[in-house]
Amino acid sequence: MTDVVAAIPLPLPVRDALNAPYWDALLEGRHTFQRCGACGNAWLPPRNECPRCLRADSWSWETASGRARLISWVVFHTAFHPAFKGRVPYTVAIVELAEGPRLISNVVGIDDPEALRIDQPLELAIESEDGVAVPRYRPVDER
Amino acid sequence: MSARGSAVIAGIGHTAYGAHPGRSSVSLNVEAIRNALADAGVEKEAVDGLFVKFPTSQFDFIYAHKVAEAIGIQPRIGGVWDQAGAGNIGMIAFAAMAIEAGQCEIAIVSFADNPKTGERAGLQKAMGPDEIFGWLGPVGGYAMIARRHMGEFGTTADQLGAVAINARANALENPHAQLRKPLTLEAYRDSKPVVAPLRRDDCCLVSDGGAAVVVMSAARAKALGVPAPVPILGFGQGQTAWNVELRPSLTSTMAAASARTAFDMAGLRPRDIDVAQFYDCFTIVPIVTLEDYGFCEPGGGGAFVTHKGIGIDGALPMNTSGGLLAESGMPGMQLVIEGVRQMRGTAARQVRDARTCIISNQGGIMHTHSTLIVGQPQ
Repeated sequence: MTDVVAAIPLPLPVRDALNAPYWDALLEGRHTFQRCGACGNAWLPPRNECPRCLRADSWSWETASGRARLISWVVFHTAFHPAFKGRVPYTVAIVELAEGPRLISNVVGIDDPEALRIDQPLELAIESEDGVAVPRYRPVDER
Repeated sequence: MSARGSAVIAGIGHTAYGAHPGRSSVSLNVEAIRNALADAGVEKEAVDGLFVKFPTSQFDFIYAHKVAEAIGIQPRIGGVWDQAGAGNIGMIAFAAMAIEAGQCEIAIVSFADNPKTGERAGLQKAMGPDEIFGWLGPVGGYAMIARRHMGEFGTTADQLGAVAINARANALENPHAQLRKPLTLEAYRDSKPVVAPLRRDDCCLVSDGGAAVVVMSAARAKALGVPAPVPILGFGQGQTAWNVELRPSLTSTMAAASARTAFDMAGLRPRDIDVAQFYDCFTIVPIVTLEDYGFCEPGGGGAFVTHKGIGIDGALPMNTSGGLLAESGMPGMQLVIEGVRQMRGTAARQVRDARTCIISNQGGIMHTHSTLIVGQPQ
């Protein structure tokens, strides 16, 4: 039964011309975001236009430091997609990169998700899922 | 143009709340509209505005016109306005403005859906492009807000539970309520986590059903001899643009702008409000709404619920028919109908001497907000 469940593939991100560089950089171990050269704004997820100054021709990809902060997190005890039946409970988090952009991610490398705390420091922990390099984050060991 | 009180809710109607196997959402709309017209004492031929919130579980192209066809009218103005869960009050406001601007004279605002016995895939799909992280369905977004609220302000699970316990207690006396079963704090604490920190009893019902209101000018209602027209004193809206993971604050929303606009239009303040019907798809939402609406300071919503009180004898009686948590999980029109009943003095759990009622609708993950303030029939 476990094997059958494990065989259900994860819903993978849909690649397109805009986000392909983002996922390709992750395969190289880099978590990137977009920065506007005109106004300095930094953002995720990928967009064609800067959501601050609306320019389409002034942004470029920049590599994040990998340092981040935990804005909030939740623990899914329910599998809303069959691929996650064998994974519950699992943790989903809102992560803020040191450079500013925020994203949905998972917190990994923890024993008890209820022991996390808001604003605690995190670091990048890229994991492979079905050939996709997924930007997950783990707590920074502060001891 | 002073819009305060110029439009009224002349009639209310709804279907039974719960399960309607085999009924389409259009059919449920028709029943709700039939009942609302009868309540107002208005013939359908007089209706020249039709505003419909599309069924949440399944978007349907030119849906309002399918409802218009089913009730056999050709409205001058109408359609579907997508504001997710804020849509019902959003469209009541739109109808009032359309009447004021001479675009129609008698409008119906209606909603129906059948996610309980029909298709509900639309309620369980991924919220955006982050499926690979397991970011699925709407519960997680509200759970993110709840967790951050707990971390920033010390809001407790028991305070969330108090919202659910109040809804369930109020629904006990409501003959229309889908869930008439009391909830104790112990049972709440034992309720299974769905997406922690939210438990099953923090989540609204899944319901089939429909509800509709008839909106017209106060002058028209008087001329027609409408029995109990409830004046619309104020309305407002606000749009929190950013998706939940991107918004700078998870714990305050544009519900503040929505309420401020409605209070200013009504010439009222939170202290003037006698009863509230707050959108409670998840228990954290009324807590944030109390704060954004100015009934307490930011972060004080949890303490307001447990210390000032939201019960029938509390500082602000809330969700007197059970809300989305216990009356019906439908997105918001049932709250408007209960607000009208409170103003008419006909609610099953009537707040004594209630002269003003504030109603909130919201949708997405607290993206869209709309507010309605109603008063006693003149």
